[in-house]
Amino acid sequence: MSNITYLPGKEPDQREHRLIFKNIDREGWDNSIDCYIKDGGYEQLKKAFKMEPQAITNEVKTSGLRGRGGAGFPTGVKWGFIPPNNTKPVYLICNCDESEPGTFKDRYIVHQDPHQLIEGMIISCFAVGANTAYIYIREEFPEASGILEKAIEDARAKNFLGEDILGSGFNLEIYLHRGAGAYICGEETGLIESLEGKRPYPRIKPPYFPAALGLYMSPTIVNNVESLCHVKHIIGMGGEEYAKLGTPRNTGTRILCVSGDVKKPGYYEVEVGKITMGELLNDICGGPKDGRNFKAVIPGGSSAKIMRCEETYEIKNPDGSQRNLSFYDIPMDFDTIAACGSMAGSGGVIVMDDSRKISWVLNNINHFYAHESCGQCTPCREGSMWMRKISDRIANGEATPEDVQTLEDVAYQIDGRTVCAFGEAASWPVEAIISKFRDELEAETSEDNEYLSDEAKRQLSFINQ
Amino acid sequence: MDNNTFPPFLVTPEIDDEANKRIKQYPEEKKRSAVLPLLHIIQHNFGFINTEATEWVASKLELEPMQVHEVVSFYPGLREHAPGKYHMRVCRTLSCAMTGSAELMERLCELTGIDRSKSDSHHNPIAVSPCGQWSVEFAECLASCGTGPVCMVNDDFHEAVTPDNAQGLLDKYDSASKS
Ligand SMILES: Cc1cc2nc3c(=O)[nH]c(=O)nc-3n(C[C@H](O)[C@H](O)[C@H](O)COP(=O)(O)O)c2cc1C
Ligand code: SF4
Ligand code: FES
Repeated sequence: MSNITYLPGKEPDQREHRLIFKNIDREGWDNSIDCYIKDGGYEQLKKAFKMEPQAITNEVKTSGLRGRGGAGFPTGVKWGFIPPNNTKPVYLICNCDESEPGTFKDRYIVHQDPHQLIEGMIISCFAVGANTAYIYIREEFPEASGILEKAIEDARAKNFLGEDILGSGFNLEIYLHRGAGAYICGEETGLIESLEGKRPYPRIKPPYFPAALGLYMSPTIVNNVESLCHVKHIIGMGGEEYAKLGTPRNTGTRILCVSGDVKKPGYYEVEVGKITMGELLNDICGGPKDGRNFKAVIPGGSSAKIMRCEETYEIKNPDGSQRNLSFYDIPMDFDTIAACGSMAGSGGVIVMDDSRKISWVLNNINHFYAHESCGQCTPCREGSMWMRKISDRIANGEATPEDVQTLEDVAYQIDGRTVCAFGEAASWPVEAIISKFRDELEAETSEDNEYLSDEAKRQLSFINQ
Repeated sequence: MDNNTFPPFLVTPEIDDEANKRIKQYPEEKKRSAVLPLLHIIQHNFGFINTEATEWVASKLELEPMQVHEVVSFYPGLREHAPGKYHMRVCRTLSCAMTGSAELMERLCELTGIDRSKSDSHHNPIAVSPCGQWSVEFAECLASCGTGPVCMVNDDFHEAVTPDNAQGLLDKYDSASKS
């Protein structure tokens, strides 16, 4: 690694551990297959072909890799869910929808290092027995689509794809499938419906767990771009070595994407749980802007619950004892962030300083979810629209104190009552913002506002029905 | 209303070949999967997807036109009317909004004379400038939140486009837009 240099101004922070992003912004690097092969690319694939598919899955299980797309589900375990007596074709889908607000990592992989993804996909397909794979890529990545098409073609020309790959007897085709600008296509069952040529209405789980009943009702493994890249490194290092990176149950590296009110926003690949929130925000990202203080952070994409920077948490250690920690002490892992009431999600860390009004933040988020609800189920379709309307009123100074309560009630009527996890994605931010910033929100309302606006009157008439 | 920046819908042999190539990506009996790829080919060549195009896709894939239309009408990335020659998508979502993307949108509208007030939140109808050159819409998070405000112009991606840079952005596409 020591002979790798990076473009001026794009050097990684010393605390980073570049595995997946090793070649991002690398001096003298391009996204061609020749450059990749010269750097030792596709060697892990050759190694994988000397293994039994089940042994690859076992290495991935041993590595402890947890999905980087949002839910943090163990990848090896997911692969094991393909029914053992299955006779249908198995599919693998790479989720390159990257649409969770605050997340910008897969973008760089597919633009700058597409063969890393393709190699990871081939190894994964070999492990799960898939002879056809699709990369579902968001429509807003047109340049990346071209890059990936070329990368697939070049990999095919070298027989890394196609028939009898490198004499292994294994056949695989990878195809690119472009989305069309809908956030819900990132949800794996919505993605599958979209890939089947329909509106991307998510399917209900159970029974439609993709590993059993996925694309064309066949077993289908859906994994995030970054997760699939990790597979290549797990095979390279061995699962046990990989598991030494990071912390127990939170192994490996992950890319954190920091945006908003910090001096140095950007992407930082770190060992999971080895740095704290404070180290990330104050040291790596250079702290708040001059004259400002941090106010709140959304730690894992906009669907994650917001955290207040002056909060402290009392959480349980694995051995059952209690531990107190401040917001800045939270290690950037999966489990501690969850224990503190939020989630590591997609790794998108959105930072707000004391110049931001929380009603404005809330309203921006509500507009997103109201726009992106697929409309299939009523609590989400109607609820997200009402949440937007109410927060419009709060942000515009037209709300009454009761509106804050109504907004909270609406959120809790969505949560847990919908076909897909978008329901939680839309309601958690509202629930968390209200529970943590109720005073600030109520201070922006006034009893005098009641019945002042015609719109408020109209909306109340629906709610009170 | 649709301007003539784009050629009228016409299936050339090249387009038909491209469509057939895409259809082959999916199992023989699962042709329906090629709906989005075929619609992308049409939108790329003709700017938007009209009834005739919808019917062509349906016949290619042995579907009812309605099955294609319901897809077209769902996705924000598919258009049923002509955008401007340069279609601009400004990210509206939180991180970009914090860096001033709403102000950028305002500035772009001012400079191009676009009136967004008649478009709903699903960009219907598309907000096109009086000259037909430009159109705008807000997009949701474009996955580059650390370099906002970000926007796309047709297939090009632009980072850190502050409101002050709005004119510079337009100049990249059409120097005649200078006011
Ligand atoms: C509303 C919603 C949006 C999602 N968007 C994405 C996305 O853009 N990219 C992604 O990889 N996963 C996304 N997911 C998670 C996927 O459903 C799925 O869990 C993931 O792709 C699995 O990959 P992993 O196990 O490698 O993380 C989303 C989930 C939900 C509920
Ligand atoms: S929860 Fe929302 S996004 Fe998910 S299926 Fe229901 S309406 Fe669609
Ligand atoms: S918020 Fe604009 S790119 Fe993510």
